[in-house]
Amino acid sequence: MSHTISSEAPMTGGRADAPPLLYGVDLHKAFGPSRALDGASLHIRAGEVVALMGPSGSGKSTLMHCLAGIVRPDSGRVLYRNDDLTTMSDARRSALRRTEFGFVFQFGQLVPELSCLENVALSLRLGGARQRAAEAKAAEWLEVLEVADVAAKRPGEVSGGQGQRVAVARALAAGPSVIFADEPTGALDSLNGERVMDLLTMSARRTGTAVLLVTHDARVAAYSDREIVVRDGRTRGGEPA
Amino acid sequence: MSVAQTLLGLLESGPRYGYDLKRAYDERFGRDRPLHYGQVYSTLARLLKNGLVEVESVEPGGGPERKCYTITDAGITDVEHWLTQPEKPEPYLQSTLYTKVVLALLTGRAAAEILDTQRAEHLRLMRELTRRKQQGDLADKLICDHALFHLEADLRWLELTAARLDELTREVRR
Repeated sequence: MSHTISSEAPMTGGRADAPPLLYGVDLHKAFGPSRALDGASLHIRAGEVVALMGPSGSGKSTLMHCLAGIVRPDSGRVLYRNDDLTTMSDARRSALRRTEFGFVFQFGQLVPELSCLENVALSLRLGGARQRAAEAKAAEWLEVLEVADVAAKRPGEVSGGQGQRVAVARALAAGPSVIFADEPTGALDSLNGERVMDLLTMSARRTGTAVLLVTHDARVAAYSDREIVVRDGRTRGGEPA
Repeated sequence: MSVAQTLLGLLESGPRYGYDLKRAYDERFGRDRPLHYGQVYSTLARLLKNGLVEVESVEPGGGPERKCYTITDAGITDVEHWLTQPEKPEPYLQSTLYTKVVLALLTGRAAAEILDTQRAEHLRLMRELTRRKQQGDLADKLICDHALFHLEADLRWLELTAARLDELTREVRR
Protein backbone atom coordinates (compact mmCIF):
# COMPACT_ATOMS: atom_id res chain seq x y z
CA MET A 1 0.00 0.00 0.00
CA SER A 2 1.52 3.34 -0.97
CA HIS A 3 0.61 6.68 0.49
CA THR A 4 1.18 10.23 -0.52
CA ILE A 5 1.83 12.75 2.21
CA SER A 6 -0.58 15.66 1.77
CA SER A 7 -1.60 18.37 4.17
CA GLU A 8 -5.38 17.80 4.17
CA ALA A 9 -6.68 15.43 6.83
CA PRO A 10 -10.31 14.46 7.41
CA MET A 11 -11.33 14.73 11.07
CA THR A 12 -12.93 11.28 11.17
CA GLY A 13 -12.06 8.16 9.25
CA GLY A 14 -13.53 4.93 8.00
CA ARG A 15 -16.74 4.76 5.97
CA ALA A 16 -19.47 3.14 8.04
CA ASP A 17 -20.56 1.00 5.07
CA ALA A 18 -17.02 -0.15 4.22
CA PRO A 19 -16.30 -3.83 4.91
CA PRO A 20 -14.04 -4.56 7.90
CA LEU A 21 -10.34 -4.58 7.06
CA LEU A 22 -9.40 -6.55 10.14
CA TYR A 23 -11.87 -8.74 11.94
CA GLY A 24 -11.48 -10.79 15.14
CA VAL A 25 -14.32 -13.20 15.80
CA ASP A 26 -15.12 -14.96 19.08
CA LEU A 27 -11.52 -15.02 20.27
CA HIS A 28 -10.49 -17.13 23.24
CA LYS A 29 -7.05 -17.20 24.80
CA ALA A 30 -5.80 -18.58 28.12
CA PHE A 31 -2.37 -18.35 29.69
CA GLY A 32 -2.30 -21.36 32.01
CA PRO A 33 -5.33 -21.14 34.30
CA SER A 34 -5.82 -17.45 33.53
CA ARG A 35 -8.40 -16.71 30.83
CA ALA A 36 -7.30 -13.55 29.00
CA LEU A 37 -9.91 -13.60 26.20
CA ASP A 38 -13.33 -15.13 26.54
CA GLY A 39 -15.18 -14.65 23.28
CA ALA A 40 -13.90 -11.21 22.24
CA SER A 41 -14.87 -9.83 18.82
CA LEU A 42 -13.75 -6.67 17.09
CA HIS A 43 -13.61 -5.18 13.63
CA ILE A 44 -11.86 -2.16 12.18
CA ARG A 45 -12.36 -0.51 8.81
CA ALA A 46 -9.81 1.17 6.58
CA GLY A 47 -9.01 4.66 7.82
CA GLU A 48 -10.80 4.20 11.12
CA VAL A 49 -9.31 5.01 14.52
CA VAL A 50 -10.65 2.62 17.17
CA ALA A 51 -9.82 2.82 20.88
CA LEU A 52 -9.63 -0.36 22.90
CA MET A 53 -10.28 0.45 26.54
CA GLY A 54 -10.69 -1.48 29.75
CA PRO A 55 -9.26 -1.95 33.22
CA SER A 56 -5.82 -3.49 33.79
CA GLY A 57 -5.89 -7.22 33.12
CA SER A 58 -9.12 -7.00 31.11
CA GLY A 59 -7.48 -8.60 28.05
CA LYS A 60 -7.10 -5.55 25.82
CA SER A 61 -3.38 -6.05 25.10
CA THR A 62 -3.90 -9.80 24.45
CA LEU A 63 -6.69 -8.91 22.04
CA MET A 64 -4.42 -6.46 20.23
CA HIS A 65 -1.63 -9.06 20.06
CA CYS A 66 -4.04 -11.65 18.58
CA LEU A 67 -5.26 -9.17 15.96
CA ALA A 68 -1.69 -8.23 15.08
CA GLY A 69 -0.72 -11.87 14.63
CA ILE A 70 1.77 -11.75 17.50
CA VAL A 71 -0.20 -14.21 19.65
CA ARG A 72 -2.23 -17.11 18.24
CA PRO A 73 -5.67 -17.40 19.94
CA ASP A 74 -6.79 -20.80 21.32
CA SER A 75 -9.97 -20.51 19.25
CA GLY A 76 -11.75 -17.99 17.05
CA ARG A 77 -10.65 -16.35 13.82
CA VAL A 78 -8.66 -13.26 12.89
CA LEU A 79 -9.38 -12.16 9.32
CA TYR A 80 -7.24 -9.60 7.54
CA ARG A 81 -8.60 -8.89 4.03
CA ASN A 82 -10.21 -12.37 4.18
CA ASP A 83 -6.94 -14.15 5.09
CA ASP A 84 -7.14 -16.01 8.39
CA LEU A 85 -4.13 -15.16 10.57
CA THR A 86 -4.87 -18.03 12.94
CA THR A 87 -4.20 -20.67 10.26
CA MET A 88 -1.37 -18.81 8.49
CA SER A 89 2.24 -20.04 8.72
CA ASP A 90 4.59 -18.14 11.05
CA ALA A 91 6.59 -16.93 8.05
CA ARG A 92 3.52 -15.46 6.36
CA ARG A 93 2.36 -13.83 9.54
CA SER A 94 5.80 -12.26 10.01
CA ALA A 95 5.73 -10.96 6.45
CA LEU A 96 2.26 -9.52 7.02
CA ARG A 97 3.39 -7.76 10.20
CA ARG A 98 6.34 -6.28 8.31
CA THR A 99 4.46 -5.05 5.27
CA GLU A 100 0.87 -4.41 6.32
CA PHE A 101 1.05 -3.58 10.01
CA GLY A 102 2.82 -0.82 11.93
CA PHE A 103 3.45 -0.69 15.67
CA VAL A 104 3.83 2.08 18.24
CA PHE A 105 4.58 1.09 21.82
CA GLN A 106 4.62 3.01 25.08
CA PHE A 107 8.41 3.39 25.11
CA GLY A 108 9.14 3.91 21.40
CA GLN A 109 11.35 0.82 21.20
CA LEU A 110 13.66 2.37 18.67
CA VAL A 111 16.99 0.68 17.89
CA PRO A 112 19.43 2.58 20.17
CA GLU A 113 22.49 2.12 17.91
CA LEU A 114 20.82 3.69 14.86
CA SER A 115 20.05 7.36 14.26
CA CYS A 116 16.41 8.46 14.23
CA LEU A 117 16.53 8.68 10.42
CA GLU A 118 18.00 5.17 10.17
CA ASN A 119 15.33 3.84 12.54
CA VAL A 120 12.57 5.11 10.26
CA ALA A 121 14.41 4.01 7.11
CA LEU A 122 14.87 0.52 8.57
CA SER A 123 11.15 -0.27 8.33
CA LEU A 124 11.28 0.70 4.64
CA ARG A 125 14.46 -1.31 4.03
CA LEU A 126 12.82 -4.38 5.55
CA GLY A 127 10.00 -3.89 3.06
CA GLY A 128 12.53 -4.02 0.21
CA ALA A 129 13.26 -0.33 -0.45
CA ARG A 130 16.76 0.74 -1.54
CA GLN A 131 18.78 2.68 1.01
CA ARG A 132 18.69 6.08 -0.69
CA ALA A 133 14.94 5.88 -1.40
CA ALA A 134 14.30 4.62 2.14
CA GLU A 135 16.24 7.50 3.70
CA ALA A 136 14.54 10.10 1.50
CA LYS A 137 11.12 8.76 2.50
CA ALA A 138 12.16 8.54 6.16
CA ALA A 139 13.26 12.19 6.09
CA GLU A 140 9.88 13.14 4.65
CA TRP A 141 8.07 11.38 7.49
CA LEU A 142 10.30 12.94 10.15
CA GLU A 143 9.32 16.29 8.64
CA VAL A 144 5.59 15.41 8.84
CA LEU A 145 6.02 14.40 12.49
CA GLU A 146 7.90 17.67 13.14
CA VAL A 147 11.13 15.97 14.24
CA ALA A 148 13.33 16.55 11.16
CA ASP A 149 15.86 18.30 13.41
CA VAL A 150 16.66 15.09 15.33
CA ALA A 151 17.22 12.95 12.20
CA ALA A 152 20.94 12.46 12.87
CA LYS A 153 20.61 11.92 16.61
CA ARG A 154 20.33 8.55 18.32
CA PRO A 155 17.19 7.73 20.35
CA GLY A 156 19.13 8.19 23.61
CA GLU A 157 19.88 11.79 22.65
CA VAL A 158 16.28 12.95 22.10
CA SER A 159 13.39 13.69 24.47
CA GLY A 160 10.60 11.18 25.16
CA GLY A 161 8.15 13.17 23.07
CA GLN A 162 10.56 13.42 20.13
CA GLY A 163 11.39 9.70 20.37
CA GLN A 164 7.73 8.82 20.30
CA ARG A 165 7.18 10.96 17.20
CA VAL A 166 10.07 9.14 15.53
CA ALA A 167 8.35 5.86 16.48
CA VAL A 168 5.11 7.10 14.88
CA ALA A 169 7.07 8.12 11.75
CA ARG A 170 8.60 4.62 11.66
CA ALA A 171 5.15 3.01 11.98
CA LEU A 172 3.66 5.16 9.19
CA ALA A 173 6.62 5.23 6.78
CA ALA A 174 6.23 1.75 5.33
CA GLY A 175 2.62 2.55 4.39
CA PRO A 176 0.86 0.00 6.60
CA SER A 177 -2.88 -0.60 6.41
CA VAL A 178 -3.20 -0.91 10.18
CA ILE A 179 -1.23 0.67 13.01
CA PHE A 180 -1.36 -0.96 16.43
CA ALA A 181 -0.61 1.60 19.14
CA ASP A 182 -0.28 0.27 22.69
CA GLU A 183 -0.47 3.13 25.23
CA PRO A 184 1.41 5.40 22.79
CA THR A 185 1.40 8.37 25.16
CA GLY A 186 1.76 6.42 28.41
CA ALA A 187 5.25 7.75 29.11
CA LEU A 188 4.65 11.35 28.01
CA ASP A 189 3.41 14.52 29.71
CA SER A 190 0.04 15.99 28.66
CA LEU A 191 1.33 18.42 26.05
CA ASN A 192 3.69 15.94 24.36
CA GLY A 193 1.02 13.22 24.54
CA GLU A 194 -1.44 15.53 22.83
CA ARG A 195 0.99 16.38 20.04
CA VAL A 196 1.78 12.70 19.42
CA MET A 197 -1.94 11.87 19.24
CA ASP A 198 -2.65 14.85 16.95
CA LEU A 199 0.11 13.81 14.56
CA LEU A 200 -0.65 10.07 14.71
CA THR A 201 -4.39 10.38 14.06
CA MET A 202 -4.14 13.18 11.51
CA SER A 203 -1.42 11.38 9.54
CA ALA A 204 -3.31 8.08 9.69
CA ARG A 205 -6.56 9.67 8.50
CA ARG A 206 -4.73 11.50 5.74
CA THR A 207 -3.27 8.22 4.45
CA GLY A 208 -6.34 6.04 5.07
CA THR A 209 -4.48 3.95 7.65
CA ALA A 210 -6.57 2.23 10.33
CA VAL A 211 -5.38 2.69 13.92
CA LEU A 212 -6.14 0.36 16.80
CA LEU A 213 -5.34 2.24 19.96
CA VAL A 214 -4.97 0.46 23.29
CA THR A 215 -5.32 2.95 26.12
CA HIS A 216 -6.71 3.43 29.60
CA ASP A 217 -6.63 7.22 29.14
CA ALA A 218 -10.00 8.71 28.14
CA ARG A 219 -8.39 11.83 26.68
CA VAL A 220 -6.35 9.62 24.33
CA ALA A 221 -9.41 7.51 23.48
CA ALA A 222 -11.24 10.73 22.57
CA TYR A 223 -9.07 10.92 19.42
CA SER A 224 -10.79 7.77 18.11
CA ASP A 225 -13.87 7.41 15.93
CA ARG A 226 -15.32 4.84 18.33
CA GLU A 227 -14.34 2.85 21.36
CA ILE A 228 -14.56 -0.79 22.29
CA VAL A 229 -14.61 -1.72 25.96
CA VAL A 230 -12.90 -4.95 27.05
CA ARG A 231 -13.97 -6.45 30.36
CA ASP A 232 -13.07 -9.93 31.63
CA GLY A 233 -11.86 -10.91 28.17
CA ARG A 234 -15.09 -9.93 26.45
CA THR A 235 -15.77 -6.95 24.19
CA ARG A 236 -18.60 -4.49 24.18
CA GLY A 237 -19.19 -2.59 20.94
CA GLY A 238 -16.92 -4.79 18.81
CA GLU A 239 -19.43 -6.23 16.35
CA PRO A 240 -20.11 -4.43 13.05
CA ALA A 241 -23.25 -2.26 13.21
CA MET B 1 -31.88 14.84 40.01
CA SER B 2 -35.42 13.59 39.42
CA VAL B 3 -37.21 13.17 42.76
CA ALA B 4 -40.29 11.75 40.99
CA GLN B 5 -38.40 8.89 39.31
CA THR B 6 -36.44 8.19 42.49
CA LEU B 7 -39.65 7.85 44.52
CA LEU B 8 -41.09 5.63 41.77
CA GLY B 9 -37.96 3.47 41.85
CA LEU B 10 -38.27 3.09 45.63
CA LEU B 11 -41.90 2.05 45.20
CA GLU B 12 -40.87 -0.69 42.82
CA SER B 13 -39.67 -2.85 45.69
CA GLY B 14 -43.14 -2.69 47.33
CA PRO B 15 -46.04 -0.43 48.33
CA ARG B 16 -45.29 2.28 50.90
CA TYR B 17 -46.94 5.14 52.73
CA GLY B 18 -45.76 8.65 51.89
CA TYR B 19 -44.02 8.93 55.26
CA ASP B 20 -42.06 5.65 54.73
CA LEU B 21 -41.15 6.74 51.23
CA LYS B 22 -39.67 10.00 52.51
CA ARG B 23 -37.66 8.13 55.13
CA ALA B 24 -36.32 5.64 52.57
CA TYR B 25 -35.36 8.50 50.25
CA ASP B 26 -33.64 10.53 52.98
CA GLU B 27 -31.67 7.50 54.21
CA ARG B 28 -30.25 6.64 50.81
CA PHE B 29 -30.12 9.87 48.83
CA GLY B 30 -31.07 12.82 51.00
CA ARG B 31 -28.48 12.98 53.75
CA ASP B 32 -27.47 16.48 52.69
CA ARG B 33 -30.87 17.57 51.42
CA PRO B 34 -33.77 15.65 52.98
CA LEU B 35 -37.14 15.95 51.25
CA HIS B 36 -39.88 18.16 52.67
CA TYR B 37 -43.16 16.37 53.34
CA GLY B 38 -44.91 18.83 51.06
CA GLN B 39 -42.60 17.86 48.20
CA VAL B 40 -43.27 14.14 48.77
CA TYR B 41 -47.04 14.52 48.74
CA SER B 42 -47.15 16.95 45.81
CA THR B 43 -44.89 14.57 43.80
CA LEU B 44 -47.07 11.57 44.70
CA ALA B 45 -50.20 13.53 43.69
CA ARG B 46 -48.63 14.26 40.31
CA LEU B 47 -47.57 10.63 39.83
CA LEU B 48 -51.11 9.53 40.74
CA LYS B 49 -52.62 11.96 38.23
CA ASN B 50 -50.28 10.65 35.52
CA GLY B 51 -51.18 7.03 36.24
CA LEU B 52 -47.67 6.07 37.39
CA VAL B 53 -48.80 5.14 40.93
CA GLU B 54 -52.07 3.96 42.47
CA VAL B 55 -53.46 4.13 45.98
CA GLU B 56 -53.48 0.54 47.19
CA SER B 57 -55.22 1.15 50.51
CA VAL B 58 -56.36 3.95 52.75
CA GLU B 59 -55.94 3.78 56.50
CA PRO B 60 -58.15 6.10 58.52
CA GLY B 61 -56.37 7.80 61.41
CA GLY B 62 -56.92 10.51 63.98
CA GLY B 63 -55.75 13.15 61.51
CA PRO B 64 -55.69 12.89 57.73
CA GLU B 65 -56.10 9.48 56.06
CA ARG B 66 -52.87 7.55 55.39
CA LYS B 67 -52.61 6.36 51.80
CA CYS B 68 -50.44 3.43 50.79
CA TYR B 69 -49.05 3.91 47.26
CA THR B 70 -48.08 1.24 44.75
CA ILE B 71 -46.34 1.58 41.39
CA THR B 72 -48.24 0.81 38.14
CA ASP B 73 -46.87 -0.90 35.00
CA ALA B 74 -46.61 2.55 33.40
CA GLY B 75 -44.61 3.66 36.43
CA ILE B 76 -42.18 0.73 36.05
CA THR B 77 -41.73 1.61 32.36
CA ASP B 78 -41.05 5.22 33.36
CA VAL B 79 -38.31 4.17 35.83
CA GLU B 80 -36.81 1.83 33.26
CA HIS B 81 -36.69 4.64 30.67
CA TRP B 82 -35.08 7.07 33.13
CA LEU B 83 -32.45 4.57 34.26
CA THR B 84 -31.38 3.57 30.77
CA GLN B 85 -31.17 7.10 29.29
CA PRO B 86 -27.70 8.66 29.66
CA GLU B 87 -27.56 12.01 31.45
CA LYS B 88 -26.26 15.10 29.73
CA PRO B 89 -22.71 15.47 31.06
CA GLU B 90 -22.69 18.50 33.38
CA PRO B 91 -21.24 19.51 36.76
CA TYR B 92 -22.56 17.79 39.88
CA LEU B 93 -23.92 14.87 37.90
CA GLN B 94 -22.65 12.34 40.43
CA SER B 95 -25.68 12.53 42.73
CA THR B 96 -28.02 11.63 39.84
CA LEU B 97 -25.76 8.82 38.64
CA TYR B 98 -25.33 7.51 42.18
CA THR B 99 -29.13 7.47 42.59
CA LYS B 100 -29.58 5.64 39.29
CA VAL B 101 -26.99 3.01 40.19
CA VAL B 102 -28.45 2.40 43.67
CA LEU B 103 -32.00 2.19 42.30
CA ALA B 104 -30.87 -0.25 39.61
CA LEU B 105 -29.30 -2.45 42.29
CA LEU B 106 -32.41 -2.20 44.50
CA THR B 107 -34.71 -3.17 41.64
CA GLY B 108 -32.52 -5.95 40.21
CA ARG B 109 -31.54 -4.10 37.02
CA ALA B 110 -28.10 -4.12 35.39
CA ALA B 111 -26.24 -1.26 37.10
CA ALA B 112 -23.08 -1.93 35.04
CA GLU B 113 -25.03 -1.12 31.86
CA ILE B 114 -26.14 2.23 33.26
CA LEU B 115 -22.51 3.10 33.94
CA ASP B 116 -21.43 1.88 30.48
CA THR B 117 -24.15 3.92 28.75
CA GLN B 118 -23.13 7.02 30.66
CA ARG B 119 -19.48 6.33 29.93
CA ALA B 120 -20.22 6.16 26.19
CA GLU B 121 -22.10 9.48 26.38
CA HIS B 122 -19.19 11.16 28.18
CA LEU B 123 -16.71 9.82 25.66
CA ARG B 124 -18.90 10.95 22.75
CA LEU B 125 -18.73 14.50 24.09
CA MET B 126 -14.97 14.18 24.68
CA ARG B 127 -14.58 13.16 21.02
CA GLU B 128 -16.50 16.24 19.89
CA LEU B 129 -14.33 18.50 22.04
CA THR B 130 -11.13 16.83 20.82
CA ARG B 131 -12.13 17.44 17.18
CA ARG B 132 -12.97 21.04 18.00
CA LYS B 133 -9.56 21.35 19.63
CA GLN B 134 -7.77 19.90 16.60
CA GLN B 135 -9.47 22.39 14.28
CA GLY B 136 -9.48 25.40 16.58
CA ASP B 137 -7.15 28.14 17.70
CA LEU B 138 -5.39 28.35 21.06
CA ALA B 139 -8.43 29.87 22.80
CA ASP B 140 -10.54 26.94 21.58
CA LYS B 141 -7.91 24.51 22.80
CA LEU B 142 -7.84 26.02 26.29
CA ILE B 143 -11.63 26.10 26.61
CA CYS B 144 -11.94 22.51 25.37
CA ASP B 145 -9.10 21.37 27.67
CA HIS B 146 -11.00 22.65 30.70
CA ALA B 147 -14.15 20.76 29.69
CA LEU B 148 -12.13 17.65 28.82
CA PHE B 149 -10.44 17.52 32.23
CA HIS B 150 -13.83 17.73 33.97
CA LEU B 151 -15.29 15.00 31.78
CA GLU B 152 -12.24 12.88 32.44
CA ALA B 153 -12.78 13.26 36.20
CA ASP B 154 -16.40 12.10 35.75
CA LEU B 155 -15.21 9.14 33.72
CA ARG B 156 -12.74 8.13 36.39
CA TRP B 157 -15.56 8.22 38.92
CA LEU B 158 -17.70 6.06 36.60
CA GLU B 159 -14.86 3.55 36.22
CA LEU B 160 -14.16 3.39 39.93
CA THR B 161 -17.87 2.94 40.66
CA ALA B 162 -17.99 0.11 38.10
CA ALA B 163 -15.05 -1.52 39.87
CA ARG B 164 -16.86 -1.16 43.21
CA LEU B 165 -20.24 -2.46 42.05
CA ASP B 166 -20.00 -5.78 43.90
CA GLU B 167 -19.20 -3.94 47.12
CA LEU B 168 -22.04 -1.46 46.54
CA THR B 169 -24.48 -4.29 45.76
CA ARG B 170 -23.72 -5.92 49.12
CA GLU B 171 -24.14 -2.58 50.90
CA VAL B 172 -27.42 -1.70 49.21
CA ARG B 173 -29.00 -5.11 49.74
CA ARG B 174 -27.94 -5.42 53.36
